[in-house]
Amino acid sequence: MTVTVWISRDAGALALGAEATAQALLAAARKAGGDIKLRRNGSRGLYWLEPLVEVECTAGRIAYGPVSERDVPGLIEKGLLRGEAHPLRLGPIEAHQWFASQQRLTFARVGRIDPLDLNDYLAHDGFRGLRRALEIGSLATVNEVVESGLRGRGGAAFPTGIKWQTVLKQPEGQRYIACNADEGDSGTFSDRMLMEGDPLSVIEGMIIAGIAVGATRGYIYLRVEYPHAFQVMNAAITAARNAGFLGSNVCGSKHAFDIELRLGAGAYICGEETSMLESLEGRRGEIRVRPPLPAEKGLFGAPTVVNNVVTLATVPVVLAAGAAAYRDFGQAKSRGTLPLQLAGNVLRGGLVERAFGLTVRELLYDYGGGSASGRPIRAVQIGGPLGAYLPESQFDTPLEYEALSAIGAMLGHGGVVAFDDTVDMLEMARYAMEFCAIESCGKCTPCRIGSVRGAEALGNIARGINPEGNLALVEELCDTMLQASLCGLGGMAPYPVLSAMKHFKEDFRQRTAGS
Amino acid sequence: MTAAAAPKPISQAQKDEVLVIVARHKHQPGPLIEILHDVQRSLGYVPAEAVPLIAGELNLSRAEVHGVVSFYHHFRSAPHGRRVLRLCRAEACQSMNGRALERHAIKRLGIGFGETTADGAVTLEAVYCLGLCACSPAAMIDEDVHGRVTPERLDELLKRAGAGAKR
Repeated sequence: MTVTVWISRDAGALALGAEATAQALLAAARKAGGDIKLRRNGSRGLYWLEPLVEVECTAGRIAYGPVSERDVPGLIEKGLLRGEAHPLRLGPIEAHQWFASQQRLTFARVGRIDPLDLNDYLAHDGFRGLRRALEIGSLATVNEVVESGLRGRGGAAFPTGIKWQTVLKQPEGQRYIACNADEGDSGTFSDRMLMEGDPLSVIEGMIIAGIAVGATRGYIYLRVEYPHAFQVMNAAITAARNAGFLGSNVCGSKHAFDIELRLGAGAYICGEETSMLESLEGRRGEIRVRPPLPAEKGLFGAPTVVNNVVTLATVPVVLAAGAAAYRDFGQAKSRGTLPLQLAGNVLRGGLVERAFGLTVRELLYDYGGGSASGRPIRAVQIGGPLGAYLPESQFDTPLEYEALSAIGAMLGHGGVVAFDDTVDMLEMARYAMEFCAIESCGKCTPCRIGSVRGAEALGNIARGINPEGNLALVEELCDTMLQASLCGLGGMAPYPVLSAMKHFKEDFRQRTAGS
Repeated sequence: MTAAAAPKPISQAQKDEVLVIVARHKHQPGPLIEILHDVQRSLGYVPAEAVPLIAGELNLSRAEVHGVVSFYHHFRSAPHGRRVLRLCRAEACQSMNGRALERHAIKRLGIGFGETTADGAVTLEAVYCLGLCACSPAAMIDEDVHGRVTPERLDELLKRAGAGAKR
C-alpha cells in the first residue's frame, strides 16, 4: 500500500533541512520495502517544528516534527508510516493548540495543499471567489470589497475597495493590476509563504481585481531575494493559463486577464508603490510625487490598482464568504483577520493568522513561548525597519491599526520581531538610520542626507562624542525627515529611532555618562 | 583580495549574447530590468561594455542605463566568485546574533561585504531580509537557503560548497 507523506518545500522549511529530510525518508522507505508517495506543500507556519513531516493515515494527517535527516531511520523503524507513537509525534496539526487557536482565512490552504495542483486548489474552495465575481459583475464585486472593510495588508492599510472604486471611476482605457510582492520588511514572510504555499490564491485575487476594475493585465513585482517563490509563482501562472483561468476568456467568460511576473533587483524602496511602478517600467526605483495617485495615473501612465500579496489573496475569501462574513472578524476599524509574523528572538516563531485584537504580549508569550535565548524580552519592533520599538510596558497593546497608531507605532505588514535584554537600543537606532541611508532612493534631501547624518550622530553618541549635542541633532533630523520626506522611507525611519530614544533612555544615557 | 581589479574586456560572443537578450525583450513594455537580469544570469555580471549596447538598442542614454545598473544592489559590474554567500543583516537576524555571524564570516573569509576572496571562491554580500525571520540568523549560498546559522554551521556550509577557509 502506498502511503502519502507531506514535507514542505517552503523556503523556511528548506532552510531548516526539509530537502535532506525528504530524501532521507525516500531512501529509508525504499530500504524498508515501503512504498511512499511524497507530496510537497507550503509550510503550516510552525517554523520551530520544521522540517514537519505529515503522514496520511486513517486517523488523518499525522504530523511529526521537527524531523531532521538523522531522525528518519529511527522514525521509520518506529512506524512513522503508520502514524505510530514517537517522541516527535505531534498528532494532527489542525488539533495542535498553536494552530487550532488561529483563524485561518487567507492562509486556509497554505500547508494543506500542493501549491501547484489545480485540482487540490479547486477541492479546497479555490476559484469560488472568482466564480462569484463573474456572476455578480464588476460594480457589485467592488462594493463587496468595500463593505468587507479589507484594508491594504502591505503596510499602508488603505481601504482596498476605495482604491478599486477610484480606478473604476477613471476614463475608459487600459488599466493594470500591480501586485506588490516586494516584501522587504525584516520580520515579515507572509507574502513569501502565500506565494510558495498557495500561489493560485494570489492569481485568483488578481483576476478578481481585474474583472472588478476592468483591467486585462496584471504584473507581479517579486523581490529577487525570493527565488523559491519566483519558481512556484511562475509555475502557478503557467498552470492557471493552461487551465483557462488566465487568457483571453477567463473561465470561459468574456473577460480577458493575464499576468506577468517580474523580478525586482534588491532595492527596499521598491516596496513603496510608486517606486515599484518606476521599477516595473524599467527605471531607477525613485519614488513619484503624489498626486496623481497610482489609481489615477499608475503603471505606464494608466490607472492602476496596486495591492500587496496578502491583500490580493484575501480578496477571493471576501468574495466567496461574502463581505459580512469577513467583516465579522476583527474589531473597530480593523476588520477581518491579520496574518501576523512572529520572528526574531522567540522560542516558537511563525505565522499566526487571527482576527485583529490579539495583544503583543499574547503573541509573544502564548504563541512565541517567550524568547529563544531564555532571557527576558526587552523590546519588540513591529512593522519592519520603519516601525517603532515597543518596551515591555506597551506589550498589552492590541495588534490593530488604530491602537498601535495611538502609541506612535504602526502595524505595517504585520511583522513582530522580538529582542532579548542583550539588545543595545542605541545601536538599533543607529542601524535604522544606516538602513535608511543604504536604501534611500536619493530623490529627497531629508531622507538622503538626514539618514547619513543621523547614523553619524548616533555613532558619535556611541563613541561618547558630544552626546548631548548629537542627541539634539538626531531629534532635529528626525523632525525634518518626518515632516519633509517624500515617502515613507525617510518619513518613517525616525519611528524606530525616536521610540528607542524615548522608551530606552538608559541605553543612550549610559553613553552620555561617558562609558 | 578584493575584486577591485578591472574585469577583463568582454568577448565578441558575449557582446552578441547581450544583443540577443535585448532583442528578446525590447518589444515588451519597460524591458530594461528584465534585460539586465538576463545579462547577469548569462554573463555573471553586467559588464560596462554592455551598457552602451543596451542603451543603443533601447534608445536610451548610457547614463540612463548606467543609472539603473548602479541603483539596484543586485546588479554587479564585476564578476562574482564561484559561490555567492549572502548574509542577512536585518533586525530579526540581529536579534539572534546575526552580528557575530557577520564578524565571523568577514574574519574567516578575510574579505568585507561586496568583496571576493583572492582565489575567486566566494563573494560575500549583504542582504536585507530573506524572509526567513522565524529561523534567524539566515544565509543564502547561491540559491540555497539556511536558517539558524551558527558560526560553526557557516564553516561547515562553506566547506561543503568548496570554499574552505583560506586564512
